[in-house]
Amino acid sequence: MLKVSIYRYNPETDDKPYMQDFEFDTQGKDLMVLDVLEQLKGQDTTIAFRRSCREGVCGSDGLNMNGKNGLACITPLSETVKNNQLVIRPLPGLPVIRDLVVDMGMFYAQYEKVEPYLQNDNPPPAIERLQSPEDRAKLDGLYECILCACCSTSCPSFWWNPDRFIGPAGLLQSYRFLADSRDTATEARLAKLDDPFSVFRCHGIQNCVNVCPKGLNPTRAIGHIRNMLLTHAT
Amino acid sequence: MVTAVTSFGRSGLSDWLVQRVSGVILLAYFLFMGYAVATGGDYASWKALFAQTWVKVFSLMALLSLAAHAWIGLWSVLTDYLTERLMGTTGNVLRITLQILIVLVLFVYVVWGVQILWGY
Repeated sequence: MLKVSIYRYNPETDDKPYMQDFEFDTQGKDLMVLDVLEQLKGQDTTIAFRRSCREGVCGSDGLNMNGKNGLACITPLSETVKNNQLVIRPLPGLPVIRDLVVDMGMFYAQYEKVEPYLQNDNPPPAIERLQSPEDRAKLDGLYECILCACCSTSCPSFWWNPDRFIGPAGLLQSYRFLADSRDTATEARLAKLDDPFSVFRCHGIQNCVNVCPKGLNPTRAIGHIRNMLLTHAT
Repeated sequence: MVTAVTSFGRSGLSDWLVQRVSGVILLAYFLFMGYAVATGGDYASWKALFAQTWVKVFSLMALLSLAAHAWIGLWSVLTDYLTERLMGTTGNVLRITLQILIVLVLFVYVVWGVQILWGY
């Protein structure tokens, strides 16, 4: 029997959070953590968690499993269970709304700060803005982010300054538009990043790279932003 | 854009660059010191070493690097842990008090260091 321990907190009835233990029979199958949660919800219908696509595309079920952030739907038990035990907690650093559901407001506010949309003040061409295959290739490894928040909530710099440090997810998106050949707002974007917090609170510990379920590398993107700031500065 | 008034250079990029460059200078200086101690630690050779102008200049450079490096590093630590978000007004008061204290101590170290380097 697998021992599953789940973080429980209902602010309407509980004074403080507690861990609820379950015994779970995997029947020898290597299930995904989300499958376990779904079946436990059958036992106790009050467990709250977010999920949607259940195949690692929507980014809804970012959770902390045995101390490491990841998507419950694409994390097999064989990858995370140690000593027959599975501890499931909400993503660290964000306010808990209930059980495993966190308030992503601060995360989204940082995402909004980087203006994650194409800005181009040239008159639009008749059909579309073209891009060479080489320029398009620069966006690989940047555009795939699903905003699950696994990276930012594993980052100590984001834990301490979620209101000032943009965080790995936001900075990856920031670089996605800085690197886009069709975007003309590069200077204005860079000017908003040159303070001691937005970018430079990153100390390169690479927790973000370690947890990203899509295998992306925000630390490298942050390095690119730093180099752009350096080359644009005097 | 976050406004910072107590950081070393008021700009994240400048602080980052100063931190890296001062780190390299400190590394070079401590390697040099290690070598100097290993090859001759008696009073006469030590005095002869520091009688040379370039050693004094290098030492002052390392001292200034240390001050800048410590300011930037400790500023980062203080703005992580002692903030209004985590501790309310207490965080601000504690942080700014400690920042001023750190800068004053560093200032004393620099002036004192100059006196030691050129005073004997």
